[in-house]
Amino acid sequence: MPFDGPLPDLRLAADFWSLRFVRETCDSYAVRKNVPQPFAVSEDVGVMATVHADGGYGYAATADLSPTGLLGALERAAQWARATAHLALMDARTLPRPAPRGRHAPPASLVPALSRREWYELLMHESRDAAIDPRIVDWEAVCDVRTATHRLVTSEGGDVVQEHRYLLPSIGVTAHANGDTQQRSLNGQRGICQQGGAEVLARFGFSGSGRRVAEEALELLAAPNCPSGRMDVLLMPDQMMLQIHESIGHPLELDRILGDERNFAGTSFVTMDMFGTYRYGSALLNVTFDPTRPEELASYAYDDDGTPAEKAWLIRDGILERPLGGSISQARAGLPGVANARAESWNRPPIDRMANLNIEPGTSSFDELVGSIERGVLMETNNSWSIDDSRNKFQFGCERGRLIENGKLGAVVKNPGYRGISASFWRSLARVGDAATLQVLGTPYCGKGEPSQIIRCGHASPACVFTGVDVFGGAQ
Amino acid sequence: MRDETSTATASAGTAAAHDGAPRGDAEGYFHAIAKAIDGALLAGERYCASYAAESTDFVRMNRGKVRQPGHVEQRYLDVRLVRGARHATHALTLTGDLAPDEAAVRTALDALRTVLPDLADDPHLLLPDTVASSRSVGAARLPASASMVETVLAAAAGEDLVGLLAAGPVQRGFANELGQRNWHETTTFNLQWSLYHRGDKAVKSSYAGFAFEPDSLAARMTDARERLALVSRPARSLPPGSYRAYLAPSAMEEIAGLLSYGAFSGRALATQQSALARMQSDATLDARVFIDEDTEGGVAPRFQAEGFARPPRVPLVAAGRLAGALVAPRTAREFALAQNGANAWEGPESLAMRGGELPMADAVAALDTGLAIGNLWYLNYSDRTACRMTGMTRFATFWVEHGRVVAPVEALRFDDTLFRMLGDNLLHLTRETELMLEPNTYGSRLLSSTSLPGAVLSDMTFTL
Repeated sequence: MPFDGPLPDLRLAADFWSLRFVRETCDSYAVRKNVPQPFAVSEDVGVMATVHADGGYGYAATADLSPTGLLGALERAAQWARATAHLALMDARTLPRPAPRGRHAPPASLVPALSRREWYELLMHESRDAAIDPRIVDWEAVCDVRTATHRLVTSEGGDVVQEHRYLLPSIGVTAHANGDTQQRSLNGQRGICQQGGAEVLARFGFSGSGRRVAEEALELLAAPNCPSGRMDVLLMPDQMMLQIHESIGHPLELDRILGDERNFAGTSFVTMDMFGTYRYGSALLNVTFDPTRPEELASYAYDDDGTPAEKAWLIRDGILERPLGGSISQARAGLPGVANARAESWNRPPIDRMANLNIEPGTSSFDELVGSIERGVLMETNNSWSIDDSRNKFQFGCERGRLIENGKLGAVVKNPGYRGISASFWRSLARVGDAATLQVLGTPYCGKGEPSQIIRCGHASPACVFTGVDVFGGAQ
Repeated sequence: MRDETSTATASAGTAAAHDGAPRGDAEGYFHAIAKAIDGALLAGERYCASYAAESTDFVRMNRGKVRQPGHVEQRYLDVRLVRGARHATHALTLTGDLAPDEAAVRTALDALRTVLPDLADDPHLLLPDTVASSRSVGAARLPASASMVETVLAAAAGEDLVGLLAAGPVQRGFANELGQRNWHETTTFNLQWSLYHRGDKAVKSSYAGFAFEPDSLAARMTDARERLALVSRPARSLPPGSYRAYLAPSAMEEIAGLLSYGAFSGRALATQQSALARMQSDATLDARVFIDEDTEGGVAPRFQAEGFARPPRVPLVAAGRLAGALVAPRTAREFALAQNGANAWEGPESLAMRGGELPMADAVAALDTGLAIGNLWYLNYSDRTACRMTGMTRFATFWVEHGRVVAPVEALRFDDTLFRMLGDNLLHLTRETELMLEPNTYGSRLLSSTSLPGAVLSDMTFTL
């Protein structure tokens, strides 16, 4: 089998080649309005061949893993490399030729795996608990159980096998009354997504949360709109993850800075001359690329180009240090980077992605964060995101807010939102929560690339306070 | 597109052209897979099999050069096994080699048989009980992709071009135990590119279809260069506020794209989650607004994943009022509605908005003074219940005075409701509509399109 053991003898006249095998499985469980939804299982298997030949670069992807299929993909990739070498943006002879060797396996699960029946029983229990009022008009409890096996073999002798397990549980409730609809979830749409097995559920108090989420949805129906004006905000981790993702992660992706994404996902307000000197945020801002936290969604030992993955500071004490760029982007830009060349699956080529992007915890307790605010709003759980193609002007919305006055938490408000500009917003970071306020969250749905790719990103963040933010509420 | 008697298309590649060929390869392979499922079925079992395949050349370009060229060959089969009211689906990758793929399908069926006893009866299961087979094959002859790329880069010589060419055949199929067979195959190219002046100042263009004509490309590139000259003028930075605006069809496409995520969904409307839920009571759009799911005018298959046929046209908004919804089979069962061939997520695949009376050539003159917005970007709801949305201007967006383009503008954020933009504030819809093929390639090349007019608004609210 191509995922373990020797490969057939593959001879190709080329400067370099690699084969990246991917097998991913997913069992999808869902209970909506107390009705089990159709069970679905998927298994996706294939290989991406990449070839450097005559200064060109080419790829070819196929699900045919037979010796003939592998050789055919390599030859097709070589054809592309040679056919476009005279038009190539970069001379492939200058690119790294990785030869990594290693094996990465997930830690053993701390709790027994659930059977299909147990999954449905668990989700049904949460669903039934959420049906507390006629104003609850829709609700669901779902979980995807995923596995992934990746193997990278290179012509230079590289051979890396990595295995992962993922759990993506979610609870969502919709309440409606008097012309208003409010939605509440457990840490957002798939905000809970970690590596591991059923132990992930306990980390987030999944069992028993159906009723709480429903109660909070009803609470939002009765709540006033968030006030508008310039004030402080306390962003909880399930909003911070989106703030990090959109206004630090994407602008620091080196392929955006190099212009690859300008026709689709966009460019960046960050330019190459900023690294080493640019003040991205206040001195409290410390941002790391950290693939080493086992439970975080995008932890791995090697990226999809075979670069060993290590923790690195991107922003230290507010100063921009390095971009999110894999080995090819680093060679193009002449900048240091990280191991973040990643592909959605076997049928897409690796590009620069943010993987795990975290804010290092500070020293303020949650009470100190609240106590520091004279007038402001605590916002939690992202439900709306929009940012310009340079990743500068943003507007984000949350499911739930709470007023803060004179250092004390007050009433719940609905439709809280805020807008700002990345280049100045992070400089208004006034307090960073301690490790007790930190949550390890993420998203399985980061989109980017031509051809387009969805990828998993992890974001660990403490709660944070920003001052003088433009806050607004709903239209009614 | 030709039906029933059309010919299928052959493989893509760097050396070979995308060529017309007799029926056989892909369609014959799919029929053989369906036959293997038929042969493996046990008494009392039903199935539906949904197939999606493509053979695509992707060539990514940047700085007027080739960044990542390659080819993707993929075949996916979703096979659902049904016994009574219990059912489960296994999605698997196929290799294209019939013998191992037949074995893989049989293994998947065996696995599903072990799953069904763990499941409850599904009260919302709805499958067709009549056979509605169909066949639609678009014959095409595209040049080799490497040759197309040479033509594109030569036409853009001297410019900072960035973009993607995607080309090759795409196939969709359906089969069930009743003997229904549906096949939809089309061979297309989709070239999306931007010419950049500097920073975020650029013009975006596209050229997509069934026949690649170098002269047509050259004309589009000339138009892009002319617009780039306008973009290269010193940019104007506008303060937040309300401005009169012209939304080009490509800007309207972003609004339609946001609405496509649930706004027309029968289930979302029934559960008040749709951004258009208020149109079920008092909210209306301008009486000139007509929106349909126009399968007849689009490029999407005329069948969905359970095998139900799609009607040629489903009215969604008529004379500014909600006229219908996209209803998937499960929603039909749950809410006692009639299914209308919608996909499971109840999003449009062939959205069409009727044009108005303003010639598109007169749109900037009708705008008089305000913003001519070529593209919007990254839309999301700022208050879904109010259908209030926010997003950015992008690419060729200009400040216009007295019907003349004055300057490009720095990116602006709008935040406004659909009920204002296409309601009280709608001045004109352009007479001409533009058919835009979906350029996104998440997971696969998508067979969807939108056909939209431009719109002149008396004011639009910008906040940042």
